[in-house]
Amino acid sequence: MTDIASTRPTSMRDLAAARKREERRTRAFLLAPAMAILIFAASGPLLIVLVYSFLTPGDYGGVVWEFSLKAWFNVFAERDFFTEEIELADAHLSIMWRSIKLSLMTTVICLIIGFPTAYFIATRPRGTRDFWMLLVIIPFWTNLLIRTFAIMELIRNEGTFNSFLVGIGVIDTPIQMMFTEFAVLVGMAYVYLPLMILPIYASMERFDFSLVEAGYDLYATRFQVLRRIILPLVKPGVVAGSILVFVPCLGAYVTPRVLGGGKNMMLGNFIELQFGQGRNWPLGAALALTLLVIVMVALIFYVRAVGREEVRGHG
Amino acid sequence: MIEIDRVTKVFGSAADAFRALDTVSVTIRQNEFFTLLGPSGCGKTTLLRVIAGFVDPTEGSVTLEGQDLLRLAPYERPVNTVFQSYALFPHMTVAQNIGFGLEMQGKPGEEVRRTVGEMLDLVRMSELADRRTSEISGGQQQRVALARALAPRPRVLLLDEPLSALDFKLRKDMQLELKRLQSETGITFVFVTHDQEEALTMSDRIAVMNAGAIRQIGSPRDIYDHPAERFVADFIGDTNFLEAELLTVEGERAEVRLASGREIAARAAEGGAGQGPVTVAVRPEHADLAPEGEGLLPGRLGDVVYFGTDTHFHVDLDAGGRFVVRRQNQPDQAEARGRGDRVSVRFGPGVGQVLRD
Repeated sequence: MTDIASTRPTSMRDLAAARKREERRTRAFLLAPAMAILIFAASGPLLIVLVYSFLTPGDYGGVVWEFSLKAWFNVFAERDFFTEEIELADAHLSIMWRSIKLSLMTTVICLIIGFPTAYFIATRPRGTRDFWMLLVIIPFWTNLLIRTFAIMELIRNEGTFNSFLVGIGVIDTPIQMMFTEFAVLVGMAYVYLPLMILPIYASMERFDFSLVEAGYDLYATRFQVLRRIILPLVKPGVVAGSILVFVPCLGAYVTPRVLGGGKNMMLGNFIELQFGQGRNWPLGAALALTLLVIVMVALIFYVRAVGREEVRGHG
Repeated sequence: MIEIDRVTKVFGSAADAFRALDTVSVTIRQNEFFTLLGPSGCGKTTLLRVIAGFVDPTEGSVTLEGQDLLRLAPYERPVNTVFQSYALFPHMTVAQNIGFGLEMQGKPGEEVRRTVGEMLDLVRMSELADRRTSEISGGQQQRVALARALAPRPRVLLLDEPLSALDFKLRKDMQLELKRLQSETGITFVFVTHDQEEALTMSDRIAVMNAGAIRQIGSPRDIYDHPAERFVADFIGDTNFLEAELLTVEGERAEVRLASGREIAARAAEGGAGQGPVTVAVRPEHADLAPEGEGLLPGRLGDVVYFGTDTHFHVDLDAGGRFVVRRQNQPDQAEARGRGDRVSVRFGPGVGQVLRD
C-alpha cells in the first residue's frame, strides 16, 4: 500500500514527460515538410550557386573545379582587354541600376493603382467582394508569357493602341513603345499588380470602417483620415504588397525579355545570358548572389524605414 | 436649438425602397438630455446619423442654432458622436485618441495636452493615458470614447446606444456617469437607445419612435403615465388595454364607459377621436384589487406571481380579457386571495389613458 503513495507522483511525472516528448515529436513531424523544402530546395541550390561563383568557367559552359575570384571581380569591374587597366564594369552596373530603378517604379505604380483598387473592393457589400477579387485573380490563371504577349499586342507599333490613335487621326506615325523601359514598366506593373492588391485587400477587409466615420466626426478631412487612420492600420498590407512586387521585379526575366528586348536587359536576363550564350557560369552565379544581396539590403532598408515611421507616428 | 424639420430618408430606390425616416420633425433644446427611443429598425440611429452627417436625408432640413447643418460635411459640424462600437483608434494610445479631434481642429499642442488632461480627469482615466485602447476594459473604452467626443467641446454630443455592450452593473454606473457629464459640461446630449428603462432614468425628454416616425415626445413621466397611443403604451412598461366607449371629451378630460358598464373619468391623448369605441390603457401598478361588487371591473383571480419587490395578480375579467394588477410587497404580508377567488379591479378617475388609436 505504501507503494502507491510513492509511485503515483513518479508516474504523474512520467506522464507529463511522456506527453512533452509526444508534443515534441508531433512538432517535429509537422515541421518536417517545411524543413525539407528549406534545406533541399532552397539552401541546397543556393549553396551550389555559392560554390560555383568561386570556380573557373568551363569552355563550353559548366565549371572547372578550380578556385577563382575572377567571377566576383567581374561583377563590378573589368580589365581592359588591351591596356590591362582595371575599370568599373559599366555595363553590369547599369543593368543593376536599371533593375533597381524599374522595380522601384513598378512598386510605386502598383501601389498607386493597387491601393485604391483594394479600398474599392473592401468597401463593396460583402457579397460582391468575392466577385471583384475574382476579376483581380483571373489573370493569374493565364500563363505569364501569354499575358506578356497580350501586352505586346496592345502596345506594339501595329498594335491595338497605336492603330486606334492612328485610326482616329491623333497621331500620324505609331508611338514606339515596344523595347523601351516604358514597355517593361507597363508589363511588370500589369503582371505584379495582383500581388499588391491581395495583401492590401486582406488588411483592409479586417479594417473597421467605422473608424473612418469616427475620423470624420472628429474633424479630420478625407486626406487626414487616409493618412492618420487608414494608412497606419493597413500598413502591414502595404508593406507586404510592396515586398511581393519589388522582389520578383528585381529578378524578372520573361517581361523584360519580351517587352524590353536586348537593349533594356534586367538582371534576370543578364544572369540567364551567362548560363547560356555567355558560357560563364561562375559569373552568372556571382550575379545571382549579388541580386540576392540587393534584395536583402533593400528589404532591410525598407523595413527599417517603415519601422522608424511607426515610432515617430506614435511617439 | 436643433431643429429637425420634416426629414425623410429613403434607402434604396423604386421597388425595394425603404423609408427609414418619414417626415420627422422635432426640436431639441439647449443643454437637454434628449433620448430617441424605439425598437431596432425604427429609424432612431438613422436620425442620429443625419445629425452627425453620415446620412444625407432625402428631404427636410436640419439646423443647429439657425445654421444649416446639411450644407456642412461631417468634419465641419460642431457635433461629435460616441459610437456604439466606440470606434477607438487601435493604433493610438488613450491620450492620443482623446486628443485626435483637437489636433484635427488645429489646436496648438499646449492646448491639446491641457484639454486631454482635463478630459482624462473628467472620465477618471488619468492613470491609463498611455495605454493602447486594446489594453483596457470595455467600460474604460466606453469612457475613452466619451472623453474623445467631449474633448473638442461640441455643441451637441450624439450617443448611439453607447451602453449596450456593457454588463448590467457597469451600465448602471455609466448611466449615472453620463448624467453627471451632461450636467457638468452643459452640452446637449442626443441619446439613442432601445432600452426603455435607460431612457426613463436618464432623459429630460424622450421621443418614442416606430417605423421611421416619432410617435410621442415628452418627459419620461409624461410618456410613461400618459402614453398617447397603443405602440407607446406597449413599448414602454407593461400596460392593460381595455375596450371602452368614449362618451365625452373636453381637452384632456374624457368620460368613458367600460365594458362592465361602469363610467369613469379618464385622460385623453391629443388628437384623438371624438366619440365611439376607444382603447383605454391602465398601468398595472396604477390599479388595485377590490372585493367583489366594489370595483370597476369584476372578474376571477387567475395566476398570482410573486416577484420579490411586488406581486402580479392576473384577473380574468367577466367582460373578457385579462387584467394585471401589480402591488408592491410588504414584509411578511400573507396573501389572503388565491386562484379562483372572485375579485374586482379598481382604479381612480383620471388614471385610465384614452389612446389615439
